[in-house]
This record gives sequence, structure tokens and C-alpha cells, in this order.
Amino acid sequence: MVEQKKIGNIVPHLILWVGIVIVAFPVYLAFVGSTHERSLIANGQMPIWPGSLFFENYYRTIFVGTSGTTREPVGTMIVNSFIMAMVIACGKIAISIISAYAIVYFRFRLRMTAFWVIFITLMLPVEVRIYPTYKVAADLNLLDSYAGLTLPLIASATATLLFRQFFMTVPDELVEASRIDGAGPFRFFKDTLLPLSRTNMAALFVILFIYGWNQYLWPLLITTRDDMQTIIIGIKKMIVTSDALTEWQLVMCTVMLAMLPPVFVVIAMQRLFVRGLIETEK
Amino acid sequence: MKRAVFNHRVLPFALLAPQIAVTIIFFYWPALQAVWQSFLLQDAFGISTTFVWLENYIWLFQQPDYYGTIWNTLVFSAAVSLISLSSALLLATMADKPLRAAGIYRTLLIWPYAVAPAVAGVLWIFMLHPSLGLIAQGLRSLGIPWNPLLDGDHAMILVVLASAWKQISYNFLFFLAGLAAIPRSIIEAAAIDGARSTRRFWTIAFPLLSPTTFFLLVVNIVYAFFDTFGVIDAMTQGGPSKATETLVYKVYADGRLGGDLGGSAAQSVILMMIVIGLTAIQFRYIERRVTY
Repeated sequence: MVEQKKIGNIVPHLILWVGIVIVAFPVYLAFVGSTHERSLIANGQMPIWPGSLFFENYYRTIFVGTSGTTREPVGTMIVNSFIMAMVIACGKIAISIISAYAIVYFRFRLRMTAFWVIFITLMLPVEVRIYPTYKVAADLNLLDSYAGLTLPLIASATATLLFRQFFMTVPDELVEASRIDGAGPFRFFKDTLLPLSRTNMAALFVILFIYGWNQYLWPLLITTRDDMQTIIIGIKKMIVTSDALTEWQLVMCTVMLAMLPPVFVVIAMQRLFVRGLIETEK
Repeated sequence: MKRAVFNHRVLPFALLAPQIAVTIIFFYWPALQAVWQSFLLQDAFGISTTFVWLENYIWLFQQPDYYGTIWNTLVFSAAVSLISLSSALLLATMADKPLRAAGIYRTLLIWPYAVAPAVAGVLWIFMLHPSLGLIAQGLRSLGIPWNPLLDGDHAMILVVLASAWKQISYNFLFFLAGLAAIPRSIIEAAAIDGARSTRRFWTIAFPLLSPTTFFLLVVNIVYAFFDTFGVIDAMTQGGPSKATETLVYKVYADGRLGGDLGGSAAQSVILMMIVIGLTAIQFRYIERRVTY
């Protein structure tokens, strides 16, 4: 190994710790804010240490909600966010694994056309076509529904491409062997391909869950009813009114709660997360 | 291509149907409508529409506002990319050294990826809010008249910081993977030749990382263009007086006011062309890397 000096290693440790502190500091302050009284924060007198209202504030946030701006308790929003993230993640994986299966393992007319029709969607995020998409969703009566929240975001090529790439690396001998055993396309898919894809599916799930949970613009447009709001939208709606009315301590509780599930997923499933991240980009 | 494939008449279409259906309904149809609408002009009462060719586009480029927005977007993306790429590269270079507890450092640096852009915005506004933010008070006591609610440059700094903060972890991971892929033998050879660690970085690691850096640059620009909508909406709503309005935010804000369908569609189409351009650049890069 190159240079193993004791002194030389202090600098990298120091830089890394400074980086970690800078990265974590905003979250620390949010946590501190979530444990103090409203007036203390509003007057700009928030101390740098956590206060004593941890249980009280979080209880109010989850079960009661803010008094003025959004009347829904944050608990409802968390449920909505969770449903949305799960449906998007599972839906994307389900529809893209079968379409990748069709593209890789079947010979049929229009195969390349189908591939390109899906592939081109890789290029356009929902942000650039929001209003026409909104109009379609409105025409289909999808406003304020879980279908409206999730369906338009399920259409994306990333997952299909990933599975296609993976299927290409599966040895042909496996199909031949299972054909000799008398297995049709269904059996081969269920007994051979699905078990092989398990790690890929899990890695993709981690990325897509975070993607779904963190959606902002689309739920903002598609939900009008308070009880359909996701937690990310809820935070924004809690602070739009004039500053004096904002209950910052509850906003900060909501911020902490909104970060918890995706951050937990990243840390607990770190290996899958890194794998999913690097593979979806290739 | 696969040698062993199934022959089936209906099954492949049935398997493709869900994805194709969703793609056509929520992707092609809206995208085509945007293109079509961008050629139409609606009268003031919304009763009749006329086909006006490129008039909406020409009108758009006659608006001084639009150039302001383009400028904001460029400044914003450049600043976000520069800050998040350089700090991520510094951290990744440090974390790539044979340190004790390197795994813990990685864990502690990657989690911001999971924070929603809008939440990142709220976190930073809580620190830098002129009346209640802790850091803002510190700045004021140093004599800096910090007020992002009134000063456009301050507001821009605010959205840049929040956006860059969130992107560091992503860049960090990719740089770390890129550094790990550099053969140790090259670095050791340089060390034997007497190159110190700074010199080794600039003459070996940095050039060898250039494919990663270029890839990340494109990803960061795409991120700054499109994914930061939540940051801007949560922090400044494009204000004060449009100082932080980016191209995506303008599409949203103009469409929200309702009036000008054609103009807003024309903006969408321009954005689509930008994304397609960026994606094409990325693909050329991937192709080149494959032949490496």
C-alpha cells in the first residue's frame, strides 16, 4: 500500500468529519426545532439544544395536525405517501419485468418498435409535460385518487431497460434446459427467471420507493382534497401562509417524519441501494 | 440477441400491454398535445383557436422575462453542479484512502440522497430564514444584511445551497465507485516515482475519473433543470420578483395562472428538446465508455 503515515491520515479524517457535520447539520437543527415551543422559534430564540416537547409535538403532528393551514393529521399523509410509494415501486417493477420478458424472450413482429416506444420515455420526466398530463388525468376522472397519483408515474423506461439488460446476461442454456423439461413461457418465467431476478428487483425497489415517496410536483397538481395529500405536499402547505401563523415546531416534526422512511431504507439496505443506484443509471 | 426464444402469437403482446398502455396514455398523448397546442393561439375568451405556426415561440423569445429565466437556469445549474461535484469529489478522494471506519463515513454521507427536494428546501429555509433562522441571525450579527425574501441574489444562494446539499451524496457514491476502479498498481508506480498524494491526484486519479465526472455533470444538469422544482417551490416560489424562476418553474407558474395555453405548451416543448439533447449527449458518452 501507498504511504501509511499516521499524520497523513489525520487530514482525511478531519475533512470527512467536517463534511459529515455540514451534511447533517440542517437535519440536526430541524430535530431541535421539532422539540421546542412555537413562540420560541417564531421569535428567533431557538436554542441549539433540543427542548422538552418531543413527545407532545410529535403526538400533535401525527394525530391532530396543525390548527390552521392543513387540517389533516400527518398520520393520514404518511399513509398516503406510503401507499403511493409502494404502488409506484411495485407497479413499475411488475409492468416492466413482464415487458422486458416479452422483448427479450419472444420473437414477434413489432418487437423493436415496442422496445423503442418504451425506450423513448426515458427522456421525458413528468416535469416537462405536466399540464397536458394533468388534463389527461382529469379527463379520465383520476383527480384525488390513488390511481391518479401513481399511474402516470409508473410509465418509465428505466426499470424495463434494467431488466432487459439483466435478461441478456442470463445464459441461453437455461431456457433450453427448461424447454427440454417441457416448461412453457409461464413456467420458465416463474421458476427460473423470477428467482434469478430477485436481487435486481430488490435493488430497484429501494430506488423506486424513494422516488415515489419523494414525488412533489405531480401530487401537488393531482390532489385537491386534504385527505389525499402526501406528506411532502403537506409540509409545503403548512408554511405557505404568512410566517406569523406557521407552526414551525410542527413543520419540523413533519420534516423529520417525511425523511425517516426513505433515509431508513437507504441506511438499512445500503448494499441494495448502491447497487440499484448505479445500475439504474447505466 | 438471444438464441433461444419462444414463439407465441398473443402472449408477448399481453405482456407488453400494461406498459405500452400507460406509456401511450400518460406519455405520448400528453406530449403530442403539448406539441400541437404550441402551434395554436386561443382568443381572449377561450372560444376559438387558430393555427399560428411558430408564433407562440416567436412571442416567447420576444419576452425579456424569458431570457431572465434562461439566465437564472444557467446560473443555478452551473452553481449547483460546481458546488456539489467539487465537494463530493473532495470527500470521495478522502474516503477512498485506506482509512479506519471508511464504511461508516460512507453511510454517514450517502443518506441525503433519500431526502425529498422539497424537504431539503424546508430544512435550509429553517436555517436561513431572515427572522427565525439560526444561521441567518449569525450572518446578521456579523453585519451581513441577509434577506433572501427581498434580495434576489440571496434567494438564489439559498436555492443553490439546498439543491447542492442534496446532490452531494449521489455524486459522492459515483466518484467513490470511479476511484475504486482505478488500478492500484498505477498509483503505486507513481508513488514509487516519488509523486506525493496531491500530485498523484491531479496527474492520475483526476484524468482517469473524467468519464465519471462527465457523466455526473450531465446528471447534475438534468437534476438542476428538472428535479429541483420542489426546492424552489418550497423556498422561494421563484421570487423575489422572479429572481429564482427556472425554466421548469416558469412552465408551472405560467400554466397555473391559466391564461396562455399556447405559450406554456411552447415552453414545455422547448424543455422536452433540452432533455432529449442532454440524454443524447449522455448516450454518446456511454457508447464511448463501452469501447474503452
